[in-house]
Amino acid sequence: MAMSLAFHIIFAAVGIAMPLLMVIAEWRWQRTREEVYLILAKRWAKGTAILFAVGAVSGTVLSFELGLLWPQFMNYAGAIIGMPFSLEGFAFFTEAIFLGIYLYGWDRVRPRAHLLAGVLVALSGVLSGVFVVIANAWMNSPTGFEIADGRPVNIDPVAAMLNPMAFSQTLHMSLAAYAATGFAVAGIHAYLLLRDRKNLFHRRALAIALLVGGVAALLQPLSGDLSARAVAEYQPVKLAALEGQFKTERAAPLRIGGIPDEEAGETRYAIEIPYGLSFLAFHDPHAEVKGLEAFPRDQWPNILIVHIAFQVMVGMGMLMMAIALWAAWRWWRRRGALFESKWFLRAVVFAAPAGMIAIEAGWTVTEVGRQPWIIQGVMRTKDAVTPMPGLVVPFIAFTVLYLFLAAIVVWLLLRQVAASPKKEVPSAED
Amino acid sequence: MSLELLAAGAMVVSLMFYALLGGADYGGGVWDLFARGRRARAQRELIAEAIGPVWEANHVWLILVLVILFTGFPSAFAAIATALHVPLTLLLIGIVLRGSAFTFRTYDSERDEVQQRWSRVFSVASIITPVLLGVTLGAIASGTIKVENGIVTSGFWRSWLAPFPFAVGLFALALFAFLAAVYLTLETKDEKLQEDFRLRALVAGVTVGALALTVFLLAGEGAPKVRAGLAASVWALPLHAATAVAAVGAFYFLWKRKYAWARLCAAAQVSLILWGWALAQFPYIVEPDITISSAAAPPQTLRLLLAALALGALVLFPSFYYLFRVFKGRTAFAPLEEGEPGEKKE
Repeated sequence: MAMSLAFHIIFAAVGIAMPLLMVIAEWRWQRTREEVYLILAKRWAKGTAILFAVGAVSGTVLSFELGLLWPQFMNYAGAIIGMPFSLEGFAFFTEAIFLGIYLYGWDRVRPRAHLLAGVLVALSGVLSGVFVVIANAWMNSPTGFEIADGRPVNIDPVAAMLNPMAFSQTLHMSLAAYAATGFAVAGIHAYLLLRDRKNLFHRRALAIALLVGGVAALLQPLSGDLSARAVAEYQPVKLAALEGQFKTERAAPLRIGGIPDEEAGETRYAIEIPYGLSFLAFHDPHAEVKGLEAFPRDQWPNILIVHIAFQVMVGMGMLMMAIALWAAWRWWRRRGALFESKWFLRAVVFAAPAGMIAIEAGWTVTEVGRQPWIIQGVMRTKDAVTPMPGLVVPFIAFTVLYLFLAAIVVWLLLRQVAASPKKEVPSAED
Repeated sequence: MSLELLAAGAMVVSLMFYALLGGADYGGGVWDLFARGRRARAQRELIAEAIGPVWEANHVWLILVLVILFTGFPSAFAAIATALHVPLTLLLIGIVLRGSAFTFRTYDSERDEVQQRWSRVFSVASIITPVLLGVTLGAIASGTIKVENGIVTSGFWRSWLAPFPFAVGLFALALFAFLAAVYLTLETKDEKLQEDFRLRALVAGVTVGALALTVFLLAGEGAPKVRAGLAASVWALPLHAATAVAAVGAFYFLWKRKYAWARLCAAAQVSLILWGWALAQFPYIVEPDITISSAAAPPQTLRLLLAALALGALVLFPSFYYLFRVFKGRTAFAPLEEGEPGEKKE
């Protein structure tokens, strides 16, 4: 399942954010009638189509895998948390319908209607992501039911959806999708711009991608703070793990980097910022942060993986934020300067995969960090799994399948990209 | 009408739309494989054009079935997903390959070898997937999935590796191929292409009849309760009569080249077959141990689910209508536009 999710999340993130990019491009075309915008919108639409299709089929796999791999989880939780999945289904349905209209209807519907179709694709994409993340948030902070005799009773699906971590998680994932996609697309166009500095097509593309990615990257640390405080309150073990906090202490330091050693009960080689963790987790530098020692050993997740994944995620986030700030500063100083600096463009290319890496790392933190629970404090992962033996077979089959799909997608996208228009800009003014 | 009955009904409706819309997409893949003769290329292009804008949306009905199942009837979902782990996994692989191959074919090089490579994957996957879908439904109907205290006791292989489920699988394939051929006659104005698909529809229709009989006969041993339902209940006769009328009607209109009416009859036929199966199996979701009421989620969940479905339908049906209007224009709604008070199809 982790394999399917790791694959699906990339395509889902792109499926959420690309429609926004393509709609902005189409909108600019309708406003300015500059042909590059139309070409850009159509080019990005094609990319969206390819990625959406693969995202859709991998999403289908996931809906089935919920039952194929975790029948006991679904048996227990289906009635409680099935609703957001239904709503996600509808959002996805809407997105598929209007994407069909958008991709195939350039010459069949009026321009206003076409743009509106694109907007609906973008909106329903975000919505479906929000609903599905609500379900995941519930797994982290389960509400909306009571337990009697080991069975859930008094089920309240609305309370389940309005669980305490829903808002912070959905905000964080949505911003992540925009940041990651924006930066990935920006990286591609920056690379091509390095080869052909005056290319108007790539300049326009880079501007839009950096706008979307940059704004998201700047908002993300704020969202991250919200998430951290939610985790501190509802999943203190996870917080301790991702920070490598073994001892319970007041004025706990923030650890940057470092390698947790479970045997020794300490995190070595970290750069420690005094009061940092207490401040970030509780907005009070003297707050008490629960260490791992406060929890039974059999409720610890894998500290090493969770901590390192967290550092990677934050590191990538910082990188994107730095580039966003640099871009904003250059744009403010002199618009054209954005495209002239070789170093800036190189940095954008370098940072292209940062958002996707951050997404994978972040999901590793939250999912591995919740272990051994599949529903925090309620059901353990090992009690939820299917009794079907030989799971290694479908695992290998799906892994091979996904690798194959990923390879083809990358190849197709490269071919699309390689066929970029060679449009010169008469003067460098935008 | 109880909440769980409504939810179960919604599942059947969703499955019906999946068969009528997504099923035809699979059928298209079958005809892609069997594209022959001078117009082979034109046949393939017609299929691609017909499926292109709508296949993603058509596909979502299956997800809807799944979602209603695991929200409204979670223990049934758990049991089905456990007992039928293998065919469902294979079904998934088929779905992934078909969707990806179709997309890759659309956006990859125009060179013939490349197109043919993806077409092969697309059409083979389009054949295997409906068979597995039918196998799954056949296994559910067969009464061989045993559940005790929430645990599946009949193993991972026995319920579906049997003649009856596979017959249902082939039946499903034939039905989808039939639907696709009938639909395709209306998707083109080229008379020669229409003739091509008319022929295919007739052949597929005969195959459907033969397989329907096979399934019915095998059900005697393979799915006795469903067979009893199909043969003996009070609604059985009117249902069979209606299905027969629709089937004969489809043949008649195909023969007479009145394709819009043929489409209506074919769709009615498939719908009636599906409802016939659902009613024959009522009140069981999984024969013989899981009923609609035993698996039902608590009323709050069902109420919310039905509310979401109603709201969703309000948004979706107009959107679907718009989608089909834009791309299928007159062809989808032809019988209505000819001034006949035909049934509403969507």
